[in-house]
Amino acid sequence: MREITYREALNEALAEEMERDPRVFLLGEDIAVYGGAYGVTAGIWKKYGDERVLDTPISENAIVGVGLGAALTGMRPVAEIMYIDFIGLCMEQLNNQVAKIRYMFGGKCTVPLTIRTEGGAGRTLGAHHSQSLESWLIHIPGIKVVMPSTPYDAKGLLKSSIREDNPVVFIEHKMLYNTKGPVPEEEYTIPIGVADIKREGTDVSIITYSRMTLVSLNAAEILEKEGISVEVLDLRTLLPMDIEAIVKTVKKTNRVVIVEEDCKTGGTGAEIVAKIIENAFDYLDAPVIRVAGADVPMPKSPVLEKLAIPDHERICEAVRKLVGR
Amino acid sequence: MIDKNTAKKLLQQMMEIRQFEDRIMDLLAKNIAEGGSHLYAGMEAVAVGVISMLFPDDYITSTHRGHGHAIAKDGDLKALMAEILGKKTGVCKGKGGSLHLADLSKGNLGANGVVAGGLGIATGAGLSMKLQKKNNVVICFFGDGATNNGIFFECLNMASLWKLPVVYVCENNLYSMSVSVKRASAVEDLSKKALAFDMPSETVDGQDVLAVRDVAGKWIEYARSGKGPSFIVANTYRYYGHSRSDPRVYRTRGEEKFWRERDPIKLFSAKMIGQGVLTEGEVKELEEFVTKEIDEAVEYAINSPYPEPEELYTDLYA
Repeated sequence: MREITYREALNEALAEEMERDPRVFLLGEDIAVYGGAYGVTAGIWKKYGDERVLDTPISENAIVGVGLGAALTGMRPVAEIMYIDFIGLCMEQLNNQVAKIRYMFGGKCTVPLTIRTEGGAGRTLGAHHSQSLESWLIHIPGIKVVMPSTPYDAKGLLKSSIREDNPVVFIEHKMLYNTKGPVPEEEYTIPIGVADIKREGTDVSIITYSRMTLVSLNAAEILEKEGISVEVLDLRTLLPMDIEAIVKTVKKTNRVVIVEEDCKTGGTGAEIVAKIIENAFDYLDAPVIRVAGADVPMPKSPVLEKLAIPDHERICEAVRKLVGR
Repeated sequence: MIDKNTAKKLLQQMMEIRQFEDRIMDLLAKNIAEGGSHLYAGMEAVAVGVISMLFPDDYITSTHRGHGHAIAKDGDLKALMAEILGKKTGVCKGKGGSLHLADLSKGNLGANGVVAGGLGIATGAGLSMKLQKKNNVVICFFGDGATNNGIFFECLNMASLWKLPVVYVCENNLYSMSVSVKRASAVEDLSKKALAFDMPSETVDGQDVLAVRDVAGKWIEYARSGKGPSFIVANTYRYYGHSRSDPRVYRTRGEEKFWRERDPIKLFSAKMIGQGVLTEGEVKELEEFVTKEIDEAVEYAINSPYPEPEELYTDLYA
């Protein structure tokens, strides 16, 4: 199978969905001639022009609100918020309007709106361009939250998000754009809400998502050489969360490490732990360990930034501790 | 000169809104209606005047004080009243309430619990009409308070930049909750705020339904012909407080009296009788007809069932 980058996979998903459905259009900051801050929309404006690729003013709240208004009246917008760090600027529209409108209106409307954004650390961009804020979003009933880790997942899930009649926040990771992986040329989609076992194992389950999936897979390879068999479950969608897949892996290995890049306190991992305790407590042979981001604003210094997020060393240590080595 | 049928329709809608709101105040006082409601009484000429110039499939977005817009946009009185009481038969199945009255089948994209919360939706609907090459116009209602919120500036800028078919209608009722325009806005003439976006604006007497129609008609036509958005400031007044717990200490009884003398229903009735379009008898007959309608709506709402417990988790996702 051909290999393409995560960025190219996303770009293909957007272009293919625009070709497939004339109601799909893009709006966001610097997405037209510039092609997006991370190049995801490169070339699309050239093909589809101003009517379907709209460079917006720097007005995040309006970008989301306008997306909602268009989604309610017959279009299928894909809005881009350049950095998830800016999501606070549109939280009113996202939380109060986008997420709640269908429920408040008694189900008498649909909101086929996709909001693409990207997050995560790794480029030493400091505290305003490196955050992982997904836990804010999974606390909002009415939206779906997708965070793919591979080019294959990115393409299939973005296509599903655009075809979805519910609002989806699609969170990419800035350190994944250049990663390569197999992506078929032919049409496919991946269902939202379904986790994926990225590596089978029997001793310990790592439950993770987004870039930390790749770091966890690295750790699993190292641990294999030490005779520890690690299963890596990539959640892919955080809301709704695939509880079935989580319970299944817990039942299989009875030991869990959660790896997440967001701040530990009140983070996504806390929700995963709670779900495990509610649904599979009796199958645990040891306490769950969270390897998470530090509870600090992301520091600029490359040395400190590296310390602020999980790496394969810390993951290995946690797994070794769980199996008593 | 206005024809008899149009005059009757305008008057009936204004009376419906007035009596609907008066009755809700009564239901709140008796604790039959729980929670709160921001009442539109006194401002009827704005919603009725503007919306009467629209096509049925044109859109509106409404505000926290949204009963008037919902009624004027062909809302069903029974379903609206039932919604305000949280009943299953409500227009939103009892899940929205007073602050979230909506009916997409009538082009009402919803009231809003957040001041300025509807500006994005209206602007997006305008973009949607433009992209779909539809001939429809969007009316975005909001109050004077919304003009101090960030998204107001974001949306007016975008709408003007992209020449969207949106008419922004500011219902200036002089107070955002308790704070007067003078104390909240550096620019007291709110129409000037459109200048920053090179958007045409006009101020109108919001108590005069015919004046509102003239101004709204002009700017709706402007939007429909592809010329872009506009900004109307309708000066008006709400009779009740911001909500039922509001003792109205921030305004004088003299000011209230001044505005009640400029009551939109009284002004319009007198004018129509004076011009011989309607007779006193017809106005009285209309009033009695509306009372009966509201009686029926209240009875329907009170007798309607609440949603079943299973409804808690329905309608969240499509």
